[in-house]
Amino acid sequence: MDRFLYLTFDGLSRGAIYAAFALALVLIWRAARIVNFAQGAMAVAAAYAGYSVTNATGSYWLGFITAVAGGLLLGAAVERVVMRFVDHSSPLNGVVVALGLVLIIQGVLGMIYGNEFRPAQAPFSRDAFQIGGVALLSRYDLFVFAAVGTVVALLTLLFTRTPTGLRMRAAAFAPDVSRLLGVPVGGMLTLGWALAAAVGSLAGMLVVPTELGLHPNAMDLLFISAFTAAVLGGLDSPVGAVVGGLVVGLLLAYVSGYLGATVAPMAVLILLVVVLLGRPDGLFSKAKARTA
Amino acid sequence: MSALLEVEGLTAGYGAAAVLHDVSLSVRTKQIVAVLGANGAGKTTLLRALSGLLPAERGRVVFDGLDLRGVKVERMVRHGIAHVPEGRGVVTELTVDENLRLGSLWRKPRPSNDGIYELFPALARRRDHLGHQLSGGERQMLAIGRALAAEPRLLLLDEPSLGLAPKITAQIMALLRDLRDRTGLAVLLVEQNVRSALSVADEGLVLSLGRVVSRNDAATLAGDADLRHAYLGF
Amino acid sequence: MVSAPKKVAISRKKRQRISPLLVVIPAAALILALTYALPPFRNYQLATVGAYLCVTAGLTVLTGLNGQLSLGHGALMATGAYTLALMQNRFNLLVAGIVVAVLVTTVVGAVIGLAAARLRGPYLAGLTLAVAVVVPSIASTFDETFNSDQGLTVALEPPPDAITVEQWQAWVCWGAALVTVLLLAYLIRGRFGRDLRAVRDDETAAKLAGIGVARTQVLAFVVSAACAGLAGALFAVLAQSVSPGAFPLTLSLFLLMAIVIGGLGRLVGALIGAVLLVALPSFAQSIAESSGSVRLEGNLALTFFGVVLVVVMLAAPGGLTSLTNLRIRRKSQKGRK
Repeated sequence: MDRFLYLTFDGLSRGAIYAAFALALVLIWRAARIVNFAQGAMAVAAAYAGYSVTNATGSYWLGFITAVAGGLLLGAAVERVVMRFVDHSSPLNGVVVALGLVLIIQGVLGMIYGNEFRPAQAPFSRDAFQIGGVALLSRYDLFVFAAVGTVVALLTLLFTRTPTGLRMRAAAFAPDVSRLLGVPVGGMLTLGWALAAAVGSLAGMLVVPTELGLHPNAMDLLFISAFTAAVLGGLDSPVGAVVGGLVVGLLLAYVSGYLGATVAPMAVLILLVVVLLGRPDGLFSKAKARTA
Repeated sequence: MSALLEVEGLTAGYGAAAVLHDVSLSVRTKQIVAVLGANGAGKTTLLRALSGLLPAERGRVVFDGLDLRGVKVERMVRHGIAHVPEGRGVVTELTVDENLRLGSLWRKPRPSNDGIYELFPALARRRDHLGHQLSGGERQMLAIGRALAAEPRLLLLDEPSLGLAPKITAQIMALLRDLRDRTGLAVLLVEQNVRSALSVADEGLVLSLGRVVSRNDAATLAGDADLRHAYLGF
Repeated sequence: MVSAPKKVAISRKKRQRISPLLVVIPAAALILALTYALPPFRNYQLATVGAYLCVTAGLTVLTGLNGQLSLGHGALMATGAYTLALMQNRFNLLVAGIVVAVLVTTVVGAVIGLAAARLRGPYLAGLTLAVAVVVPSIASTFDETFNSDQGLTVALEPPPDAITVEQWQAWVCWGAALVTVLLLAYLIRGRFGRDLRAVRDDETAAKLAGIGVARTQVLAFVVSAACAGLAGALFAVLAQSVSPGAFPLTLSLFLLMAIVIGGLGRLVGALIGAVLLVALPSFAQSIAESSGSVRLEGNLALTFFGVVLVVVMLAAPGGLTSLTNLRIRRKSQKGRK
C-alpha cells in the first residue's frame, strides 16, 4: 500500500509534466491545426540554452528563465520563418516539415554539445520526504506541481479573461471573420506558437532532472507520452490534455513500479493504440473523426 | 456631393479567372446602395474585393480620400469599414457577448456592449449562449450588431436575408433604414431578395456575369420591367 | 491551368509505354558490371543503396501513392533484421532467413496497417512515431532473446573465393532491390495502383466507385512493410550484426526524407532517395573528417537532411521529381483558390 501511494504521487508528478507538454501540443493544434512534431526537439534546444546559462552563471533559475524565454523565441521563429510558408492543403506537409526541424535541431545540438548525456541539476532535492513514516513526494515534485499549476492558471486567465486571449481564440476558430473584425490573425498565430513552445520548454526543463540528463534525443519519449496524453484528451481540449497527462503519468508510474522500467515505453504505445482505435475522439473532444 | 466610397474599374477574381470586370460604383454617406444580380453574378466577390479579402487585380478603390488597395484586411475596420460576410460569420465557438466584444476590441477605450443590446434586445437575453446555439435570425442580428459595435461609416452587408423568415428580414431592413437616417451610416447591401433590398435602398446596381449592367435609383430599377425580367427574375 | 491536365496525361502515357523489364534488365547488367569495377568500399556503398532502395520503394507506394505517412518503417526494418539474425544463427540458410524475415515483418506490418487504416494525418504519424521510438526498447525488455543493447551477430557463409564479401553483398542487395522494384512497378501500374491513388485523392469518391478504402490502405501498408522487412534483413547481412542502435528514430525520419526529396509517388524518386541516403552522410563524413571534429560526425548529416527536407517541402512539396512540373502545379493551385 505504501508503495502504491508512493507510485501514485510519482505518477502525478510525471503526469503534471506530460500535461504541460500536452497542453503545448493542444495550443498549437487549436491555433494552426498542426501537431507540432518538433515540440520535443524545440524543448531540448531550449533546455540546452538553459543548461549553458546555468553552467556559465551557476544559477539554476537564470538557466530556467533562459530556457522558457528561449522556447518563446524559438516558437515564434519557427512559425514566422518556416511554418507560415508550408502549404497546408495536405496535413502531411506540416508534419513532414516539423520532422525536418527535428533533424535540424538535433543535428545542430549534437554539433554544439556532443551526443553524450549531460547531467542536469535539479533546483530542489528529489529525495522524498516522509509523511507519517511513508515516503510520498519530494520537494522537486512540489516544485513541478507548482510550476505546472501556475502555467495552467495563467493560460486559463489569458484565454478567458483578456482581449488577447479572445483574439487568439477567434483567430483560431474563424480566421477570415477575425481579420474583418480587425484581429491581426498572423500575429495571433505567432503568439500561439511562441506560448506553446514556452510551455513545452518549461515541461522539458522539468523532465530533464528526472531522466538520464540532457541529450539531443532526450525528449523523444516525452513527446510520445505527451502526444498520447493529448490524444487521450481529444487534442482539441486543454482540460483534456491536463487530465490525459495525469492519466499517462499514473499509468507509467504503476507500470514502471510493478513491471519494470523497460516495459513503460511499451505501455505508452499500447495505451495510444487503445485510445486511437477504441475511443477515436478522445475523452473530451467534440470533433468527429481522426481525419484532420 | 463627393462620395464616401468610390470604386472605378475594379477587376478581381480567383487566379486567372476574373469574376469582376471593370466594376464602378459609388456610395455616399447616409445612403444605402443595393447590389443585385443572379447567383454567380459576382456580388459576394465584389464585397470581398472591397474589404481586401480578395486582392484586386486592377482598378481604384477610394474610401474617404484613402486608397484602400494598400490597406490590410485587418486594418479596414479601423478606417470605418465593416464587412458582414456571407453565411453571417458568427464565431460559433464563442458566446454572444464575446462575439460582440470582438467587434470593438481595437477601439480605445473599449465601449460596452450595452448599446448593441439595446438595439437587439433578443441578443441581450442570450448573451452567454454560444454562437452555434443561436437561431438563424439571431446569428444575423449578432453579425450585424458586432459590425455596428465598431461604429463604422460604411457597412458591407452580404445577403442578410439568406435563410431568414420574411418578418425578420423586414426587421433588419427597417433597422438599416433607421441607422442610415439616425447615424448617417452608408450601406452597400448585397441581396438576392430584390424586393426587400429595393424597399430600403436609395440606389441599386445590377451585376451580371461580373459586370455592372445597370445603375439607377431604387424606384426606377423596381419599375424597370425589362431589367427585372432579364436579370432579376421577377 | 488549361494546359496542365493535357501535359500530365501525355507524360503519364509516355511513362507507361516503357515496360519495367526494359529498365530493370539493363540496370541489372549495369550494376553487375559496376561490382567488378568498384573497389570493396564502393561496392559496400552500392550494396547499401540497394538495401535502402527496397524500403524507399515500398514507402513510395505507401506515402506517395496512398497518402499514408509512416514513421515506423525503421522499426519494421529492425523487425526484419532481428528475424534474419535469429534465423541465420539457428539454421544458417540465407534465402530461407530472408524469406522468413519478410514474412514476419509482413505480419507485423499487417497489424500496424489494420490500425493505420482507421487513422489519418497527424494521428497516423503519431502512432507510427511511437512505434519507432518504442520498438527498439523491446530489445532490452526481452534481453535473453535479443541480447539488449549489444544486439546479435549474424552468422554468414563466406562467399566463393573469386569475389569479395562486398561484391557479394552488392549482388544480394541489388538482386533483392531489383526484384522488389520490378514487382512494385507491375503492381502499381495495374488496378491496385489506380485504387491507391483514388483512395489518396478522395476517399469518399473512391468508396463510391466501389473501392474498398480500408482494404486498399491495409494492403499498401502490408506491401511497404514487406519491403521494409526485406531491407532490414539486407542491413543485417551488410553489417553482419543487428542492434537497437542501428534502427533509431532518425532512421525512420531519414527514410521519410529520402522519399520526400526523391519525389513522392514515383519509383525513380525512391532511387534518388536511396542514393542520397548513402551519398549525403558519406559527404558529411568526409567534411567532418577533414575538419577533425568528432561532434560533426553524424550530426552534420542530420542537419543536412533536415535542411534539405524543410527546403524541399517549402519549395516543392512533391519533391525533386516534381520540380519539372512545378510551374504548372503552382498555376493550377492558384486557380483553385
